This record gives sequence, structure tokens and C-alpha cells, in this order.
Amino acid sequence: MKQDIFQAIADPTRRAILTLIAIQALTPNAMAEKFDMTRQAVSKHIKVLHECELIKPEHSGREIYYHFNAKKMQEFDHWLAQFRQNWETQFNQLDQLLTTIKEQK
Amino acid sequence: MNDNLLFDFNVDKTAKTVYITREFNATLALVWDAFTKAELLDQWVAPAPMRAKTKYMDFEVGGRRFYAMISPEGQERWSVQEFIAITPKTNFKMYNAFSDKDENRELPGSDWDYNFSEENGVTKVHITIYNESFERLEKLLEGFKIGFTMTLKNLEDLLAS
Repeated sequence: MKQDIFQAIADPTRRAILTLIAIQALTPNAMAEKFDMTRQAVSKHIKVLHECELIKPEHSGREIYYHFNAKKMQEFDHWLAQFRQNWETQFNQLDQLLTTIKEQK
Repeated sequence: MNDNLLFDFNVDKTAKTVYITREFNATLALVWDAFTKAELLDQWVAPAPMRAKTKYMDFEVGGRRFYAMISPEGQERWSVQEFIAITPKTNFKMYNAFSDKDENRELPGSDWDYNFSEENGVTKVHITIYNESFERLEKLLEGFKIGFTMTLKNLEDLLAS
């Protein structure tokens, strides 16, 4: 199942991972060390973040470095902006309706 | 539109919650009706060129509103709102879920909490939307996207002519 971006961001550890790799790409081992977690636990978080495309793997020799995918976060923000715009349109329509009703009275 | 009327839109991504605050230049009684009466709701909840159609609405605790958002092409997106709590002219809570045209709900849905207050003839409405998943929230916009695309298409046509 494809991971949900809300679920991915809601977890504090995953947010911390994102914050960290936004500054510098890291290998899973480096992440495990920084967060004092087992490699298995880190892998689980990586899987979730990767599946919703918030991070991207890049191979460098035998190591895999995970990068922060800023584009995905922007897409998410762009979507939210649309959602906001949508509400604005609705409310402007309600303003008009309220004015019409008041004039009728 | 009155530019002095407040409009706040905040998303707490970590809490999966959307907070919306808007003021309206009308009395509480009128605004409350606009949010709780089907014949009024249908006149404003769908951003043009979309339109809303309420099949039925029982605004009481445990009651439902069964309605559709309809695109200009006639595409219908049905939803069921179930009213969880009502304090007249102050607050109401509902559980919103998409459904098919036969009212079979697609769970889980989202929790909506509306609060109303009036000061000097201006009514403030606070809306809190809690969604377990972003995918669900995304669907809320699904129907509207048709409208947006169309508006942009219209603009393109206009610019091309």
C-alpha cells in the first residue's frame, strides 16, 4: 500500500529524520547512529518516507544516501494552497448569499 | 466582498488538522441558518461552476445530510454528513464521509467541528477538520479540481481568441 504523506509526517521520529537529511544526505547507518536506533527501526521509517516520496535514495559506491525531496513537500503545500483557495471561493459565495438575504428582508 | 472580514486558514500537518476561521457581515442567526439549512447550503457550498444538491437533511443529533457536488459535465460526488452534536447557534459537530449514490459510505471519513459567535453584528465561524489520512483530505478537493481546470481552460480560450 502506498504510504500517506500525513501519516509519514505525523511521526516525530520521521520528522526528525526529515529535518536532519534536509541539511545533509545520510546513509541508513548514519541515521541509526544519530538517533540511537536499531538499523531495523530506521529501515521502517525510511520505507514510509520513501514510499510517499519525501526522501530519495542515491547510490554512492556500495552506500545508499537518502536525500530530502523538497519537491514533494512543495507539491503538498501547493495542494494545501488550492484547498485554501477553494474555501475562499465558497465563503465569497456565502458573503453574496448573505447580502442577498439581508436585502430581501 | 468586505476586505476587513477575517479569513484564517491553517494546517497542522503533524496533527492532521485544518483550522479555518472566517467572519461574515451578518447576524449569528442568519449565518447559522446558512450552515445548517439545506436550501441555503446548496446555494454556496460548491465553488462555481460546481453546484451542490442535497437529497435530504435531518439536522438533529444522529441525523444526516446526504448530498452531492455536481460538476458542469454532470459528474456527481456524493457524501454523507452525520451530525454528532448540536448546540443551537453555538456549535455543531459532524462526521463527513464520501459515499456512492446509494448512500453507502466509504469509511473512514473526517471529523468536522463548527463554532459560531457574534460580535457587533459580525459573525465569526471557526471550523476544525480532522483527517486520519491526507488521502482523505485530498479527496475533498477532488470534485473541485474539475471546476478549477475548467476555469483555467476558459481563461486560456479567452486569451487565445
